[in-house]
Amino acid sequence: MLEINNLHASVVDIEDSQILNGIDLKIGKGEVHAIMGPNGSGKSTLANVLMGRPDYEVTDGDVTFDNESILELRADQRAHLGMFLAFQYPAEIPGVRPWQFLKAALDSKAEARGEEKMSVRNFSKLFDEKVEAVGINPTLVKRSLNEGFSGGEKKRNEMLQLEVLQPSLAILDETDSGLDVDALRIVAEGVNSMRSPERSFIVVTHYQRLLNYIEPDVVHILVKGKIVKTGGPELALEVEKDGYKEYLDAAAAGANA
Amino acid sequence: MTNQNTISRESDLSGGEYKWGFVTDVETDLAPKGLSEDIVRLISAKKEEPEWLLDYRLKAYAHWVELEKNDAEPTWAMIDYPGIDYQDIYYYAAPKGTNEAPKSLDDVDPEMLETFEKLGIPLQERAALAGVAVDAVFDSVSVATTMEKQLGELGIIFCSFSEAVKKHPELIKKYLGSIVPYTDNFFAALNAAVFSDGSFAYIPPGVKCPIELMTYFRINTEGSGQFERTLIVADKGSYVSYLEGCTAPFRKTSQLHAATVELVALDDAEIKYSTIQNWFPGTKEGEGGVYNFVTKRGRADKNAKISWTQVETGSAITWKYPSVILKGDNSVGEFFSVALANNHQQADTGTKMIHIGKNTKSTIVSKGISAGKGNNTYRGQVQIMPGAENAVNHTQCDSLLVGDECGAHTVPYIEVRNPTARLEHEASTSKVSDDQLFYLMARGLSEEEAHHMIITGWSRDVIKELPFEFALEASQLLKVSLEGAVG
Repeated sequence: MLEINNLHASVVDIEDSQILNGIDLKIGKGEVHAIMGPNGSGKSTLANVLMGRPDYEVTDGDVTFDNESILELRADQRAHLGMFLAFQYPAEIPGVRPWQFLKAALDSKAEARGEEKMSVRNFSKLFDEKVEAVGINPTLVKRSLNEGFSGGEKKRNEMLQLEVLQPSLAILDETDSGLDVDALRIVAEGVNSMRSPERSFIVVTHYQRLLNYIEPDVVHILVKGKIVKTGGPELALEVEKDGYKEYLDAAAAGANA
Repeated sequence: MTNQNTISRESDLSGGEYKWGFVTDVETDLAPKGLSEDIVRLISAKKEEPEWLLDYRLKAYAHWVELEKNDAEPTWAMIDYPGIDYQDIYYYAAPKGTNEAPKSLDDVDPEMLETFEKLGIPLQERAALAGVAVDAVFDSVSVATTMEKQLGELGIIFCSFSEAVKKHPELIKKYLGSIVPYTDNFFAALNAAVFSDGSFAYIPPGVKCPIELMTYFRINTEGSGQFERTLIVADKGSYVSYLEGCTAPFRKTSQLHAATVELVALDDAEIKYSTIQNWFPGTKEGEGGVYNFVTKRGRADKNAKISWTQVETGSAITWKYPSVILKGDNSVGEFFSVALANNHQQADTGTKMIHIGKNTKSTIVSKGISAGKGNNTYRGQVQIMPGAENAVNHTQCDSLLVGDECGAHTVPYIEVRNPTARLEHEASTSKVSDDQLFYLMARGLSEEEAHHMIITGWSRDVIKELPFEFALEASQLLKVSLEGAVG
């Protein structure tokens, strides 16, 4: 589904700002991969580069989605292919209602894919169902998108969008940050209910605790813009116990060698 | 002088980038260029006006001459334009008939039809807006006739200003210049001397006008000329909602427009006045475009309410301050505005709220969008007179910048002469952020759709004040007006 080869990326217009230093990753259909790493390791950058954020520039390597390179595509085109990024810090958009925004997003996707747009009636029904499922306070979705939402509410709103848009690859960028245990469980339940042989997930997280609820197929440790270790769910537990020190030391030693 | 020969000319104001820019090859009957007492007499005679109105025009003209002599053309606004040569302008033009007009929608420029489509203009109005000869526009005319009958039964008068002068001279005599006297300002004096035509409405006591007055009439207002004069009188306890202009192209054959609008809301009456202005803004390089110098003011008597809502996207220069004199106790004034300045457009617009009565209340919400090299200024005055016990004003002015070559300015004047007044002023300036854009694009919206969603969302507090059927058009208009500014 998604293949990352030797991916190097830096911040646009800033010299010596390379953050990703050659990432290789293969994510098959239906798989859930967790990417863990200490602060500043490039986890969020990877998530944003995959979605096409213009602040970053890919300096080497390639990313393919369903065997097609996506590096030349804009974020909206990537979304139309079925990619989705749940944001760590969702933007606030005054005056735009979540309903209106999601309908427009769904319509754009349908149009780009040559599919029929959902009727307002069917969409409303779907929207109400998902609002209830995700556990968002219904008065919130009548307000402006993310404006005045608490951290937890913003994350739930991201989950609402995930549920409505039904992407084939969802990237969750530290969705667990700022969530209490209840909210964490709801997010995880949402993801778990959406797991299917046709849908893949990349779960980016600093802590292991989200992985208590979402069991990954594969765990990668990202340090200084490189994947330094890959393993099964047990790897996350190791990190929980021992921290990232071992990997950071090894990376520092490698840099000094 | 009245039998002076008229000459013909072809005019073309359309520019490449103006999306509704259709070439206006309108043949018109024109008086010679320049302004003089003779021209004022000619205008009055052509319109077969009574003596009292000619006198009014002549007094206004004499006053204007004085102002001109003393260089009293206002210069305080933050707008920059080459001096206007008032002797190089045509002051009288009569439409010459419909021979040259397209016979049906099939003859109309397809690009213009596409614009109608984009803006969501109702089908039955498209032909009329495109200037199709009226007898071909069967549907809208019959609708109009039906409506006219319905209004007539309620005693509502709604007609062109010229017609009102003939049929209802007592009302015109009583109210003309009562809110905006010709001595008010340079452009008001000019308008009073040479006004071409406009609309007149009178709503009898206690009558709630059942329709938005322009929803069908807007198709008939074309050709009301460059010096429009509008007067709306809402008698005691009545209500009227009036919409002026529309998103679709208006044939404007001249560059200087100086309109005057007067609103009178008698005790317990309410007037809601909405404007969508989309005249030719000039080319992308800043050439040409309409100069729009407008004086709009209303008077609210006891318990009356006047509400101005405007979406201003057109004109090279907008100089416009729709105001309310809150004369009666408990009267209410509102001003909701979205002004957009793209490319080289300049907008200096705002309002005046003059609190005279007790417990008067005013609300100002101004949203200025600047893009390209556009410059947008909010200029507002809130004045609390000594007798205005417990007056309340809330002002909110927000500026949004698109790109980094545009400008936004806020110039509020506050004058309080009664200590019981309560005033609040909030202001903000923001940019469409990269975070917002990426967020929307990551969900599948194109860059243009994303900009549009952010900007209309930001303008929502104003757009929601528009009559429902125009709110959507206004939102589309913002989108089309910003094409080219983003991406």
